Amino acid sequence: MKKWFHQWVSPPHVYTRAGRYLPWCLGISIVLGLWGLYGGLILAPPDYQQGDAFRIIYVHVPSAWLSMFAYLVLGIASIVALAWRFTVAHAVATVVAPIGAIFTAMCLLTGSFWGKPMWGTWWEWDARMTSELLLLFIYLGYIALRASFDESEKADKAAAAFGIIGLINLPIIHYSVYWWNTLHQGATITKFGKPSITWEMGWPLLLMTIAFMLFFAAMVFLRLRGELLERERRSKWVANELGLIELGVHKSD
Amino acid sequence: MINEFFAMGGYGFYVWSSFGLSLLGLMFIYFSAKRFEKRKRTEIAHWIKSNK
Repeated sequence: MKKWFHQWVSPPHVYTRAGRYLPWCLGISIVLGLWGLYGGLILAPPDYQQGDAFRIIYVHVPSAWLSMFAYLVLGIASIVALAWRFTVAHAVATVVAPIGAIFTAMCLLTGSFWGKPMWGTWWEWDARMTSELLLLFIYLGYIALRASFDESEKADKAAAAFGIIGLINLPIIHYSVYWWNTLHQGATITKFGKPSITWEMGWPLLLMTIAFMLFFAAMVFLRLRGELLERERRSKWVANELGLIELGVHKSD
Repeated sequence: MINEFFAMGGYGFYVWSSFGLSLLGLMFIYFSAKRFEKRKRTEIAHWIKSNK
């Protein structure tokens, strides 16, 4: 059991596994995404209030969910990194940030394009939108903070601390629609009780969300491989991986 | 019928802008990740060679 955990801490093991899972995650993500788009754009009936504008949900909600899920991954990786100093944990947090930032931007932009026809405004400083915008700033701040250090060890420690502090924003985003009087509507799916969306409209949303998550995983794997090569540049496994071991000069493990 | 599809009940501009921007976002994530990984591979290979 202990051995199973230990392998996930080993950079070469993670490097190999990431490379193996990547094409599968990407391929399945594309298939599910196309299926979800077909369901959302063509099969699902128009909404009785919003007409066809509601279809924006099929990109807006997955983006929103991923923006938060990505940060959760970054936060957990930061906790593990700070507590145990695993290279892989630092690497995961590092690579998730730019990906999460783009999902956040997508969420905000699609939200604007949905809000303009429905609410008559591109933006409102309500609790949900403001806290999501804050999430974007936290991602960008995280990236800038890392870049500002010359020493990677100091960068890792500072970034991990910053990443953990930012976690507080996630429950704020989620509960904002209950705690404050907001323009943004309440939760549809992740609430206690039955989801308030019919299955006819809901199943493409589920597919799109899974597709986005698999895409996220694939992109994390891709970046992670590059990041691990960088962090472990002095190790034999990297030299081996890049085909640069000299026989007779180095003893290969 | 295809016209109805693009019109999206009058909301076409908003719906297709949203999907278009989302696609751009996903493509950006993809190509920047690819660029990053490739750059690291060549960078580290070069570093290893010059530090033998």
